[in-house]
Order: sequence, then C-alpha cells, then structure tokens
Amino acid sequence: MPRILVHTPGFLTTIQDLGRPGFAHLGVSASGAADALSLRLGNLLVGNPETAAGLEMTLIGGVFEFESETLVAVTGSDFEPRLNGASVPLWTSFAVRGGDRLEFGPTKSGARCYLCIRGGVDCPPVLGSASTHLLTSLGGLEGRALKKGDVIQIHRGSPQHSALLRMKPEVLDALFQATPLRVTRGPQADWFSRETHALLSSSPYTVSENSNRMGLRLIGPELKRTIDRELLTEGVSLGAVQVPQGGQPIILFVEHQTTGGYPKIANVILADMHRVGQLRPRDEVRFEFISMDMALNLFQQQELLVNPQSLVPA
Amino acid sequence: MDNPKIIQASDHSLLVSFGDEVSLAHHQSVMRLTTLLTASRPAFIRNIHPAYCSVLVSFDPKMTSPEAVEVYLVSLVRTVESTPLPHPRHIEIPVCYGGEMGPDLADVAAHNKCSLDDVIRIHSSGEYLVYFLGFSPGFPYMGGLSAKIATPRLATPRTRVPAGSVAIGGSQTGIYPVSSPGGWRIIGRTPLRLFRPNEEPPVLLQMGDLVRFIPITNEEFARLTSS
Repeated sequence: MPRILVHTPGFLTTIQDLGRPGFAHLGVSASGAADALSLRLGNLLVGNPETAAGLEMTLIGGVFEFESETLVAVTGSDFEPRLNGASVPLWTSFAVRGGDRLEFGPTKSGARCYLCIRGGVDCPPVLGSASTHLLTSLGGLEGRALKKGDVIQIHRGSPQHSALLRMKPEVLDALFQATPLRVTRGPQADWFSRETHALLSSSPYTVSENSNRMGLRLIGPELKRTIDRELLTEGVSLGAVQVPQGGQPIILFVEHQTTGGYPKIANVILADMHRVGQLRPRDEVRFEFISMDMALNLFQQQELLVNPQSLVPA
Repeated sequence: MDNPKIIQASDHSLLVSFGDEVSLAHHQSVMRLTTLLTASRPAFIRNIHPAYCSVLVSFDPKMTSPEAVEVYLVSLVRTVESTPLPHPRHIEIPVCYGGEMGPDLADVAAHNKCSLDDVIRIHSSGEYLVYFLGFSPGFPYMGGLSAKIATPRLATPRTRVPAGSVAIGGSQTGIYPVSSPGGWRIIGRTPLRLFRPNEEPPVLLQMGDLVRFIPITNEEFARLTSS
C-alpha cells in the first residue's frame, strides 16, 4: 500500500473528498472540499474518480515524502510546489518516486491548494465519506488536521491511465473568472429593504480573519432588517448569506450547521462556491444578484467543463 | 393541516414551511414529511433538514430541476396528513448533574433564585419532546423545559463543550452529542453516546422521541461509561 509521510503539515491541512450528504436530518453537516472543483479536476488529472479523497492545504502548505512511486497533481491556488527542490506546475499530473519530497510554501494566490494522488487517500469512511469535519472531529485522520509525523495511506490506483495530463488553460480561465460572487434571493430576502439589497450588491465586503470552513464572516456596510422578529430555527443551505444582529453578513460554508436562526438575505450560487473556498482573510468580495434560472444555467455550463475532455497530454 | 408554503431557498434547495410558530401540529407535519422523504429518498435529493415547522430539501441540480423537485414535494405534501406517525419512543437519559460535569448548574440556580437540588429535581421531572436533530450530529432540539429553570445563553459561547453535556439555552434543553463550541448553560453530563457514526442508526435520539432525565451519581456515571 503506497504511503505519504507528513514532514510538516502546513497551516491547516485536512483530508477532504466531496463530503457526506444524506445525513442532515441527523444533524450531520455535509462538509467536503472547500474548493470542490479543484479537487474534482485534480482527481481527473491522476485518473481517479472525482469523488476520491485528497489533501486540502490552507494558506501555507506542507512538506510530504512519498514512500513509493505514484502519480500526483496539484490544483487550486499556487502554493509554489517544488519536487526535490525543483518547481513543478499546477493543474498537471506528474510522477513521483519513492523518497521524493514535495514541498509547498505560502500561497501566491487564493486560500486553498489540493494535492491529489493516484488512487486517492485511504482512511476509514465515516457515514460514507473521508471528509474531515474539524468542528465535530469527524472523518479524515482522527477528525483533525494533519500533524508532523502523520502517515497517510493511499489506495492502490488502477494500473491503467498512467498518461501525464494537464488542464486546458482556457478551461481554467472559464472556471476561475474574477466576477463578483453571484447570489440568488435568500428565503428571508423580504426581511430587508430594496435599499439594503442595493447596498449588498454595490458595496465591497472584506473577509474577516475570523473565517473558517464553517463560515466566512464579512465586514462592510451594515445590512439592516426591516422585520425585527426572531427567526425560528430552520434548515440552512450551503452558501447562505445570513445576517445576524449587527448586520455583518456571514456566508455559510462547507462545515456549516444543518440548521440556524438568522435571516438569510441571499445565497451564493453553486457555480461560485469553489471561489468562496479560495477567499483569504482580508480579501475583498462583491455580490451580484442574479435569477435562479441564470444561476442554474451557469451551473450546467460549469459542469460541462468538469470532464476528461478538459484535459490534454502534458 | 394548513397548506404549506414552498419557496426556493437557493439554486439547490427548496424550503417547505408549515407555519412560523412552535406547535405540536407543525412538528407532526414536519415529522410526517421527513418520514416520507427519508423513506422514498430519490437519488436527486441530497439532504433533508427538518426543523420546528419547516423542512429544507437540497437537491443535485445535475440530476433534476427545482420545478421537478417542487412537483415531487407537492405530491408528498398531499399525503402528509394520511401518513401515520409511529408511537413516540420513551427514552431515559442518565445525567450526572453539577460538579465538574455541570459547571453552570449554580448559575442556573442563581438566575432562577432556587437551589441546586431544585434545578435537578425540576429538570429531571419533565418530559421533553425531540422536535428535530440539528446544529451538530445528533443534537436534539427539545421542548418542554419548565419556565422555572429557563436561563439565557452565555454571553460568550465556550469554544469547546464536552460530548454528553446536558444544557439549558433559554427555554430549551439539549444534549451536546459531540464536543463542539456552544453557548448553552451546562448543568450535567450523560455517559450515553448520542452519536456513534459507525453504528446503525448513528444517533441515539430521533425526532418525535419523548425524553426523561434520570439523575445519577459520579460512581454510576463511571460504571456506565466503562460498560
């Protein structure tokens, strides 16, 4: 069984796959990769199913040693990966041999970088998923972030598909456009005035340091409610823009609670959630309201790009 | 039953709401719809989030459209009223009150101008309905707390509440099944595991259960933990 040694874990590195949907009625958050698109594409680059587990690094990457030869790909943001000291490209699969060291530094672009390994990370699935849910210590390696000295087990990959591949640059450009975050109206959109909606879509908000996989707290113009009663606790969606007392919005993210009691003015569209996963503290975000039809259209267009046709020989 | 409202909550979820106040009737409608959804569970449904009077249903837009999900939900809602509810299960939860396991017991007593024993007696003499599981894995939102021991949440939530902690938050009581941050007042701890992800079912309590708390000593807690 191939293995990876963790020499240094980086700032916050966890095992992630596409999460554990299906248990929200038991209070279990779906969790999963913060930038699921980068994980899925990384898996395609090494010949894995999209759902295989990889390593998600945050802001500062780690140093990893491979025990035996395999195929890997690095996707997401640029943490300046180096293989035995020599720079390696992102969005491209490459071979590593036993004893090779893959080192990552601090990010040069967004918040998260993914290391996908042929076969995928092997850890006991919890409710069908390897995804780490940090807040409740579920999944991954003992439900926690990786630490120095950890040994990561890798599934044996299929013997086929050893081709070296890279993403078409035009596909990457299409997937990571620097548009405002597109949102649809939230279930309590009418708790806020037309002016407040305009304020949300015309003002820059800053990502607070106090943000994590559970939610991104934003700092900016106060979003005042026109209805001032308490909202009875109800189910919440990934990407919901909820507004607590004080009017500073929070984007509910992959480790969000299954239910919540704050009104939700908007919801980030699915096709933009991977870009939420790349937001760093102090980054500026802007919002743009679009229709549900447009949101679904953008999602379908994006899904067409997540397939082997978007890869070419490296 | 009132006709529920169905709205699109996002590009991947619909919210079915039966009303906007906590009531047994709304709870039963939520429970019936949740039962129907979990029993039929078509592949396009990703998650079902029941709450006090609503059910949020998230779907995979790769497999279906919001319109089709709405049609499906409307068809289920039509049969909600005729769906039988199982007899509620009666579950006893042993609790070691106070001391290190219930660091806020004294605050709850002080807030309500009663003794520690009064809080324990009142808390353990009530019967509590599990409205739904939410917040964190297996966390029961329970109704039925006596107003005599209701206590506001902590101004600053704890960053880590130990698993098994029994707590009061306003007029609700609950149990933290896993260690997590939390702002409710901790009055005791149960040795029972409310969330055991590798067992079937993975949760001890389910929506609709009727719960009683049974006071136990430190020694009984230790014995139950080891068994």
